[in-house]
Amino acid sequence: MVDLSPAVTAYVQESRDILEGLEEALLDLEKRPDPETVDAVFRSLHTLKGGGAMFGFRLMAGFIHHFEDAFDRVRSGDLAISPKLINVVLKARDQMMAMLDCGGDGPETAALVTSAPLVALLTELDAALDNGVPLTPLVAPTRLWHISFRPAATALQNGMRPDRLIEELVALGQAVVTINAEDVPPLDSFDPSVSYLAWQVALTTAQPRSALEAVFIFADDADLDIHEVEGEASGSPQPDQREDKPTETVAAPPQKHDTAGDSVRVSSAKLDEILDQLGELVIAQARLRQISNSIDEPALEGLVEEVERLVTGLRDATLSVRMLPIEMVFGKFRRVVRDLSAELGKEIELETQGGDTEIDKNVLDRLSEPLVHMIRNSIDHGIELPQERSASGKPAKGRLRLSARQEAGEILISIEDDGKGLDAEAIRKKAVDRGLISTEDEISTAELHKLIFAPGFSTAATVSSVSGRGVGMDAVLTTVSALRGSVDVKSYPGQGTRVTLRLPLTLAIIDGLLVRVGAASYVIPLASVEECVEFDSIEHGRESGRTMLQIREHLVPFIDLIDAFDDLPGHEQRRRVVIVKAEGVRVGLVVDDILGQNQTVIKSLGPYHGGLEGFAGATILGNGSVALIADVGLLARRAWAAQEHLRNAA
Amino acid sequence: MAKTILTIDDSKAIRDMVGLTLRGAGYRVIEAANGAEGITQLQAETVALVIVDLNMPVMNGIDFIRNARRDPKGIGVPIVMLTTETKAELKAEGKAAGATGWLNKPFDADMLLAVTKKLAG
Repeated sequence: MVDLSPAVTAYVQESRDILEGLEEALLDLEKRPDPETVDAVFRSLHTLKGGGAMFGFRLMAGFIHHFEDAFDRVRSGDLAISPKLINVVLKARDQMMAMLDCGGDGPETAALVTSAPLVALLTELDAALDNGVPLTPLVAPTRLWHISFRPAATALQNGMRPDRLIEELVALGQAVVTINAEDVPPLDSFDPSVSYLAWQVALTTAQPRSALEAVFIFADDADLDIHEVEGEASGSPQPDQREDKPTETVAAPPQKHDTAGDSVRVSSAKLDEILDQLGELVIAQARLRQISNSIDEPALEGLVEEVERLVTGLRDATLSVRMLPIEMVFGKFRRVVRDLSAELGKEIELETQGGDTEIDKNVLDRLSEPLVHMIRNSIDHGIELPQERSASGKPAKGRLRLSARQEAGEILISIEDDGKGLDAEAIRKKAVDRGLISTEDEISTAELHKLIFAPGFSTAATVSSVSGRGVGMDAVLTTVSALRGSVDVKSYPGQGTRVTLRLPLTLAIIDGLLVRVGAASYVIPLASVEECVEFDSIEHGRESGRTMLQIREHLVPFIDLIDAFDDLPGHEQRRRVVIVKAEGVRVGLVVDDILGQNQTVIKSLGPYHGGLEGFAGATILGNGSVALIADVGLLARRAWAAQEHLRNAA
Repeated sequence: MAKTILTIDDSKAIRDMVGLTLRGAGYRVIEAANGAEGITQLQAETVALVIVDLNMPVMNGIDFIRNARRDPKGIGVPIVMLTTETKAELKAEGKAAGATGWLNKPFDADMLLAVTKKLAG
């Protein structure tokens, strides 16, 4: 018995990808029906069905068959694309996903296939088929193809009939056929069972390339070239020009090849392993540097520098492999927005921006859920019903904008709606009810807005099936914090709400600035460092009570890390300030000394130390000691909060 | 006169399926249960197309194809082998032995008819 399981695994993986693509294609089709997308949908369904029959997903294949059939009819122009049809195929697509999860034919799939929702789907499909008004026929443009075909010499002996293949080809459109008989030998050495002829055909047809290739399916040992002649679609076939154009035809296909063919699918576990090893390499290299510094041997020094350069290059290359365009999750949201707005009777236009921004795969994977939560919230609570919008002078169609961009070492993702904005009073009332704040608390609007991220908070008057279960937004904050990121919310009554997530570019290795505070070393992420300046202890000493620094024309609050980290003050006269920018604000961190730059492999703090405030993780230095990584965002928040407090007191 | 199709398969179920499908389309179908019987039929009849399974007792499909191509009655006769997606090397072997085309299992009546029409006319 042959073990098919690797092939089945590959099939399931491939099918998931196809289903993702299918969803996109269907949504495109809804917006703008064109023959190529119809073709793509049909092909996807066809591939899924074909593979299903081979790999033990026969029940699924049977189910898909109905939808493939429908799209075959669309393709041939006798069925129109209707919202009904798209709707039912989208739903069916979700069921196909579910069937894949069942892992092939078995009681689970059987139960699913005979379940009421699936039977209802097929009825719904029937209805969609009946009501389809044939739309403007999807006529593909005719194109001119040049086909040159020289069968293998043994073709005739092996039962191939080249003449029949040419007839089949000619039947696809209008053709001019030229036969090349140059290789036919003189009669005395002629062997009737050998194939000597070659054919050249100029074919004008609306059929796709695949139909042309299908003619020659069994002629895989023949010399065959099929290429499209561009810009001559409606012109008359000119078989003799074939020789003039080979350069064009060679140049055209590779572009497609680059995107699809030259990539390799790798499991993310393998990537994680490479990254782990790389982390160890970076630490080993730091130790090497340390030893080299203590030995003072020029030959070793040169080598260490070379190794450092190579490791940095390897690090960047490895991290870039793990980077994926955020478009990959943005794509999913089109469906969420479409389904939800339909369910709630709202009209919403989704805009995306910066989809090509790249982000670490691990971050991306964990981000998808929180983003869906936020989008649901915007649609459910933010954007009003069309009539409400019209009444308040807004366009009936709401706008939801998803954007992503990179800023220093961070990725900023924002979700912006033009809805009614957060209701500060409702939030205050709810927060008091929940005991999150007391009635006397004087809280700024910005702080009130942040309360929506508090655990168990929900302002929806009724719990809808869409959101409003009150588990959404605090889960968002938890996930984002776990990724060393932060959330910011800005809302204007009647104008809309914008939630911005700030996330680190990568989770694994960063460039850090190594500093000394008291007896210990700490790492400050280099991406947030703006500059380093001298700190005048006399002027700004603890006794003076000053908390702001004058950096050129700006006042910047500062925190002495000796105080923040509860260390004993040293005796340095010349201390330094590292000016960092985090969460949009600048703050000075006073340190005893700056030790230098360092590649920091981030190790998360174990459960015992996870609750430590002010640290984003730890790393191992070249000398084997451990340094904590400063959580710059938290320190910045603290500095500004202290500043606010002082101002209020004064 | 109806064209004659020879189906060679040790599974009666497959021979029946091929027979039912092709007879329904107006072909004459004769059967053999292994490669050796197939050669005998090929020599006795004028065959328009052979549909042969690869995995059979007595004489397997690859050997049948080789022998058929050495036989004056077998040269030039289209031979379709029944293959599976997973055995690519076997398909190549069959092709090298002189098979004209192939049909991947599992196949349905439509696929069988399409290939038959394509190769036998």
